[in-house]
Amino acid sequence: MSETLQKDKDTIDEGKRDFIYIATGAVAAAGAASLAWPLVAQMGKAADTLAAGSVEINVGNMIEGQQVKVLWRGVPVFVRYRTKAEIAEAENTDIANCPDPQTDAERLRPDNNGNLRPEFLVMVGVCTHFGCIPVGEAGDFDGWYCPCHGSHYDTSGRIRKGPAPKNMTVPEYKYISDTVIKVG
Amino acid sequence: MSGHPSTYEPKYAATKWIDQRLPIIRMGADFMTFPSPRNLNYWYTFGGILMMCLISQIITGIILAMHYVPHVDLAFDSVQRIRRDVPFGWLLQPMHAVGASMFFLAVYVHMFRGLYYGSYKAPREILWIVGCLIYLIMMATGFLGYTLPWGQMSFWGATVITGFFGAVPVVGESLQQWLLGGYSVDNATLNRFFALHYLLPFVIAGLVGIHVWAVHHVGQNNPIGISTKTKSDTLSFHPYYTVKDGFAMVIFFLIFAFFVFYQPDALGHADNYIQADPLKTPPHIVPEWYFLPFYAILRAVPDKLMGILLMLGAIVVLFVLPWLDTSKVRSNRFRPVARKFFWIFVFFCFILGWCGAETPDDMVFSVGSKMVDGAEVPVGLNFTWLSRIATAYYFAYFLIILPVLGMVEKPLERPESITKAVLGDSAHAAPAE
Repeated sequence: MSETLQKDKDTIDEGKRDFIYIATGAVAAAGAASLAWPLVAQMGKAADTLAAGSVEINVGNMIEGQQVKVLWRGVPVFVRYRTKAEIAEAENTDIANCPDPQTDAERLRPDNNGNLRPEFLVMVGVCTHFGCIPVGEAGDFDGWYCPCHGSHYDTSGRIRKGPAPKNMTVPEYKYISDTVIKVG
Repeated sequence: MSGHPSTYEPKYAATKWIDQRLPIIRMGADFMTFPSPRNLNYWYTFGGILMMCLISQIITGIILAMHYVPHVDLAFDSVQRIRRDVPFGWLLQPMHAVGASMFFLAVYVHMFRGLYYGSYKAPREILWIVGCLIYLIMMATGFLGYTLPWGQMSFWGATVITGFFGAVPVVGESLQQWLLGGYSVDNATLNRFFALHYLLPFVIAGLVGIHVWAVHHVGQNNPIGISTKTKSDTLSFHPYYTVKDGFAMVIFFLIFAFFVFYQPDALGHADNYIQADPLKTPPHIVPEWYFLPFYAILRAVPDKLMGILLMLGAIVVLFVLPWLDTSKVRSNRFRPVARKFFWIFVFFCFILGWCGAETPDDMVFSVGSKMVDGAEVPVGLNFTWLSRIATAYYFAYFLIILPVLGMVEKPLERPESITKAVLGDSAHAAPAE
């Protein structure tokens, strides 16, 4: 009995066994990971959610000082026809004082002729703090005010005061005619 | 399972047959005769009360799931239908909704009791940590469940809470959208929240099993924190504590019943009777009352990520408490200084709850006003600052006061044994039963 064991010890190649253990373990781990990925990835955005990605907004009938809210990807997009005073205020802000510095022009997109149209401010109307919807024509900077945790945005939708870290997002958008904006 | 010798003797042929194969009756019998400290007071009845709460939530929850429709267009109406049209839905839905509040009420009493009597100290660290884990999963379950009626508070609460994940550096937005299953809280979110809300209570039930196993392994703590040494220090769980727990449960469920029958909505928020509207945020978002202290900690910091980390830290600190409290004395009965700090801690927890319910810029009190940029601004203490003070104390209690006190405080003299504490010196004369 003990002789046989002794013999086994002599003939066992430990290096070969280690290789087999590691190789088997690696294949099992790769298999488990490839099976785990679908279980994790299923929670992401489904194809139909991704497909419902754009919306067209007609701004032709808007009047100065008006704001429209359009639901896009489950969140509201604000289009504001800004007054001259609001535009002036947005352009004359010293952005060095802003937590997330951006000029007003950087927050606008050109129309088909390559001109900026500062009267139309297009942005995602979601507070960058925790996703509440800010109230218009409110706050210390005449722009928007978030009722949840007290963030103040200016007339360009830039964060000026309060806990929100960033300006309200400008979505991907373009003018597909003089009066229609396509968001997404 | 239990750490005491079994005294169960199967009487009948059938029970003998079972006992040899699966000693499940023995397990139950040993549970009922478990030697418990003889000096447990009513604060120790909340474990049993919590067990009843969990059972009640699971039963009413399964019933509600038979009538509830997890779809954004139908969820709100289906909950109203349960309350109005489903037989006894008027009873079962409030039992579940009020039950969540009562569950948290009981768990907070249970936790404060553990804090006061030092129930987290050796050898009960794992018992305490499993308890903290149960509390954490309870919070997740409570939040997920609150989303399901799809009212305004449901929707915006879900938006704010899932927004926490968006604050994670670099991967935050992807992580948040992965959790939501879309760009915002929508049908995919509601569906998965329903699935998880159904799952987590069973995870809690499993952890409760481990929690009870742990308490039976190390034995219950008691109001004087002296370990049981002799048989005369203990009483059989049944009938002594089944009766005591039973009486406490009756009182507790009287309060429960008051809310269910007379004030089913008092603990909720009126805005949740407005169907979720992704285009309109309610003017004043507040979480359920049991989350208010943490909400106040979140808002005490002007930075988004820091606020979240601090709020998480408020829970994480509970997990490491056994190693933060350096005192060898368990019960605050013998720690005159620690006892005072404990009650200040309880006070500030209530203050945090109050701050969480109010608007940050509102004033607690004002001592006049001053002119800033042409506007009159009151001078005094606002809720933001009050929540900062309370948050500072919350963390100082765990991270400074308890570690330092254990080293500098001189505890009072402790009795030799539980028996002596209860019976005085006549304990010597008392027969050892």
